Amino acid sequence: MRRSSAFLFRHRRLRLTATLGVPLTWMIVVYLLSILLMLATSFWRLNALTSEVERVWGLQNYRTILTQPVYRIITVRTLTMAIAVTLTDLALAFPIAYFAARVATPRTRSILLLAVVMPLWANYLIRVFAWKTMLAGGGPVEYLLGHVLGVNVSLAATNFAVWITLTYLWLPFTILPIYAALERVPGSLIEASSDLGARNFKTFRKIVMPLALPGIVAASIFAFSLSLGDYLTPTLVGKNLFLGNAIDQLVGTAQNRPLAAAIAVIPMIIIAVYLLIARAFGAFEAL
Amino acid sequence: MESRGVKALLRVASGFILMFLYAPLLIVVIYAFNKNISASWPPNLFTTKWFSVAWQNPELRPAFFNSIKAGVAATSIALLLGTLASFAVHRFRFFGREAISFVLVLPIALPGIVTALALSSAVEVGRSWFGLNFGLLTIIIGHATFCVVVVYNNVIARLRRTPGNLVEASMDLGGDGWQTFRYVTFPSLKTALLAAGLLAFGLSFDEIVVTIYLSGTTSTLPLWIFNNIQRPVNRPIVNVVAMVVLIASLVPVYIAQRLAGGAEAGVSRRNATAA
Repeated sequence: MRRSSAFLFRHRRLRLTATLGVPLTWMIVVYLLSILLMLATSFWRLNALTSEVERVWGLQNYRTILTQPVYRIITVRTLTMAIAVTLTDLALAFPIAYFAARVATPRTRSILLLAVVMPLWANYLIRVFAWKTMLAGGGPVEYLLGHVLGVNVSLAATNFAVWITLTYLWLPFTILPIYAALERVPGSLIEASSDLGARNFKTFRKIVMPLALPGIVAASIFAFSLSLGDYLTPTLVGKNLFLGNAIDQLVGTAQNRPLAAAIAVIPMIIIAVYLLIARAFGAFEAL
Repeated sequence: MESRGVKALLRVASGFILMFLYAPLLIVVIYAFNKNISASWPPNLFTTKWFSVAWQNPELRPAFFNSIKAGVAATSIALLLGTLASFAVHRFRFFGREAISFVLVLPIALPGIVTALALSSAVEVGRSWFGLNFGLLTIIIGHATFCVVVVYNNVIARLRRTPGNLVEASMDLGGDGWQTFRYVTFPSLKTALLAAGLLAFGLSFDEIVVTIYLSGTTSTLPLWIFNNIQRPVNRPIVNVVAMVVLIASLVPVYIAQRLAGGAEAGVSRRNATAA
């Protein structure tokens, strides 16, 4: 052991290979090749008679996605849901993040942050299941709406259920970056602003918001990309198909891996575009 | 700068948001003691019979133990790979160094279903080439792949904070590479490795999407929950299992955070998994 470590110490290249070789090989063999295989599959086709994948290259799957309206509808639905969830999460996250960062006493702040983080440790499926129970026919939410507000609605298996469940799932992820961004706003700038005669709201608009914006955009990345890819929530509490469901059904029921792989490219492109926009806002420095 | 009114408003809003975060979890706990099978409110309390029904469920125990096995194996692999990768990136300058963390984060940055589809396509190929079967082994490989980044992030953060002159001092005092690692580097990494290990295990223990695609006929605890959520008759035992898993995962976190003094550490840690 001792002799080999001395040998390695003298040979820099060998040392680099010894440390980086194994993890890099693992990631390339297990992951990058799998992704490349999936991308390649998206250009192959399914033999309609034998249901076998034929390794013949072509753009037919992408043509299907672009020409058949169902895929456009599903993409728009998924995108709309992701945007709605992101905006709701930001709206809910901002007040509590602001309260924790700028109003609460240090003691309250640490309790509050712990309370925000704790649900993240609860199993994802259990949190979805909790909302399935909440929104079930005759369940707690319907009871509350019916008996307290006098509104009788059925919420089980609706887009509303998907929306509220996704909002719930990713809320802690949204609160934390906004909190971090607001906490970093220097108090001296705020004092300077009010010394120069700005009213509270003006200080908020001209000083706090611009400085917190990268953190807010960073927070939106989580809610947006996690909503875009989630397919179990729609499966468990909704009824409409989202992009993930389309992929899942094409792999499972239809056994059409080539088309599924082509559809998997859609969220990858959307997320890449979103990340580019977020980078322009300086969101990566805020993470 | 905030006026009294704004402060009060923020306080009330924060209270509502905390209620939003905890009410569903509380509902899970309450319904675990519900006599009825349906979820209709108000629940018909109080019974513990579903606990014994769940205990006797023949599929539950193997699923649970598979989750433990997969979690331990995936965490061990991730600890090894992630630590090696963080050492390489921390110690050396080489071509493509910046790309390493990008490659490592990709499995959790891309949607779960994309990673799942990609990995299962690869296993299909592995099956036709050398008879690789879907099962515990493929689950472990899949989980390890997305757990590496957690270990990497934690260890490299610690390495950056550990002063390099300690290593130099050890060398100056005649310590060889192994002794320096054994007596200087490793002790400074111990708690980072422990935290990373717990996080990786938690990530693996919870994972469902990649698991659905790689499991074949093997069951894990999340798979068991997933299959039974969709059967309304089994709602009561899912409730019981959900409550037990919930408490088993939240109470240790709560205690650890209180002991560590403050939530900041947990905040950054859990955030690192999502990043």
